[in-house]
Amino acid sequence: MNSAHDELAICATQVCRHYVMGQAKVRAVDGVDLKIGRGEFVALLGSSGSGKSTLLNLIAGLDRPTAGNIVVHGRDLARLTSAELAGYRREIVGMVFQAFNLIGSMTLLENVELPMRFAEVERPAREQRVREALQRVGLASRWQHRPAELSGGEQQRAALARALVNRPSVLLADEPTGNLDSHNGEEILRLIGEINGSLGMTVLMVTHERALAERFAQRILVMADGKLCGPEAPPAPVPPQPFPAEAGGGLG
Amino acid sequence: MKAADLFDLARRNLRESLLRNALTTLGIAVGIASLVAMLSLGIGLQKMANRRLTRSGLFDTVLVSSRAEFRGFNRGLHPQATETRVLDENVRQEIAKLPKVVEVFPDIRFPTELGYGDKPNLAVIAGLPLSAAQNEALEGMHGRFFSGPQAAEAILLADFAKELNPEPAALIGQEITMNYPERQVLANSATPAGFSVVQRQRALRVVGIIEHEPYSGFRGMAHAGVFIPMPLAESLNVLQPGDLRGLAAAPDSSRRTFNSLVVRVASPNDVEAVETFVKQQGFGVFSLLDATRNLRRFFAVIDLFLGIFGSLALAVASLGIMNTLVMAILERRREIGIMKALGASDGDVKRLFFAEAAAMGILGGMFGVWLGWLLGRIINFGTRIYLQHQQLPSEDVWLVPWWLVAGAIAFAVAVTLVSGLYPAARAARLDPVQALRYE
Repeated sequence: MNSAHDELAICATQVCRHYVMGQAKVRAVDGVDLKIGRGEFVALLGSSGSGKSTLLNLIAGLDRPTAGNIVVHGRDLARLTSAELAGYRREIVGMVFQAFNLIGSMTLLENVELPMRFAEVERPAREQRVREALQRVGLASRWQHRPAELSGGEQQRAALARALVNRPSVLLADEPTGNLDSHNGEEILRLIGEINGSLGMTVLMVTHERALAERFAQRILVMADGKLCGPEAPPAPVPPQPFPAEAGGGLG
Repeated sequence: MKAADLFDLARRNLRESLLRNALTTLGIAVGIASLVAMLSLGIGLQKMANRRLTRSGLFDTVLVSSRAEFRGFNRGLHPQATETRVLDENVRQEIAKLPKVVEVFPDIRFPTELGYGDKPNLAVIAGLPLSAAQNEALEGMHGRFFSGPQAAEAILLADFAKELNPEPAALIGQEITMNYPERQVLANSATPAGFSVVQRQRALRVVGIIEHEPYSGFRGMAHAGVFIPMPLAESLNVLQPGDLRGLAAAPDSSRRTFNSLVVRVASPNDVEAVETFVKQQGFGVFSLLDATRNLRRFFAVIDLFLGIFGSLALAVASLGIMNTLVMAILERRREIGIMKALGASDGDVKRLFFAEAAAMGILGGMFGVWLGWLLGRIINFGTRIYLQHQQLPSEDVWLVPWWLVAGAIAFAVAVTLVSGLYPAARAARLDPVQALRYE
């Protein structure tokens, strides 16, 4: 790895992901070059079917590209075995989804604890880390509730706590505001922005809400038909929003 | 993922679809119960048969006879009478010294005129070895066993006792007299060799009544009605049918000979070795060894078939497990996707499904063994009532040895793990992108 790579959080080169659907060949991602620096907050815009979620899944290590390679924090994903890729998902990236994807039968505590089970974090350390993560998203008092007892915004905040609990370097968010009203959507993005700012965590967010993206992201990329349409000019810097007092507790 | 977390998650998942998993576990339990019940029945029947046969003394006994007896019938074919050995005290000592031989005693029985009350009764008296008291040959006896080897006491067969007195129990403690021919060696006689026969009389006290002839009458052809202690019978020097033949064959008539010797060995497995030795010595042998061999083969086949029938139920149960786990994959598709996105490896997912299958196997196995045990208790209870109804002594036909308990649980776990192989592999292969696709 050269030094340019070390500066970068994510470096994708000529990445392709093709599916075969019936007779047709779908080029979901078609030759994407992407460079995201460490600590950047990048929004990936595009209409549905543009391939932005597929690209995110490739970077998340949930899917493997048909061609090209992706290097995240010095790890060449194409060279990792399936078990190593699972380790990469545990340690390097955290994910937030449009559908929240909390497990309904588990309490918030158990949901947020789940990634630490896979990462084999010692039991005594877990509860403290769950509390810290829930505090950061303003849900410290709701730890014994089940997802169904929470509003959509609260569920997404819990999902964010779960994504942070293993202290990843990169946060990947797939339409995190897609199922939320504008107020809750803003709140989530403010949280993500705060995490990006205070923890220096690299954020790549897929969304189709240009207005929100322009307000919170430092850089906006647009995707169409599997191709990146070139970086748009970063919007004017947004003054940091005041944050709810409860969420002030730092992540260790 | 650590084992503690694995079991924790498996327990959660099992509890989540409690009804379905409980029904599946019950299916395994029923399968295991039927297997345990079938095998236990086989083992119980075999034990019962063995017990009966050991009690009867049929299978640990070798009858030794002088070959001359058999040659006598075929003298024309085998004219080597001079080589024949005579069954005497020396031979008895020789056989008694063999390893695994428990005891050797002559088959002494003789007809007698038995005096009881005013009328004489013809009866056959036989010597009964004192070891009969230990090996259950006298099961169901009224009264008691002989007080000593030389005690002038008698045990009567119930059928014969009824001839003496319609109320056989009243005979216990009564005195009977036996008349018998004694064989007396001629004193100071130079030539010719021989013995004289003298009539004797002896009083006996009745101490016991038995329903069935000890050893099922195998140890002697003539059925006896009265039994006296074997050492006493030997010391009486009763004239035996073989004595006359002995006089003709052996020049030394003072030597006592036996018609036949009964050799009791430690276990049916030792019969063959003793038989071979005795045959080499030039005696005739008879045992039911071949019969035992066939009996064992019979029980092995019975066990096999009972096991196969039991396993069929378990096979059905294992299909149930497979079905439950495959259903769980469909149901938990999204959950598996989430776990993978959060960093669960394929191995973690596979092990989680295995742990769930194993838990159902262990629980089902334990419950099944308990159920099988309960079933066996019911079978035993029913059999006992039936036997009592038929006025037969009750007997347990059903037996669960500890190895069957452990084996059944291990088998249940093994079967569920094998049933879990396919679902676990399928769950592990699940594509997280597909599983998480927003619906």
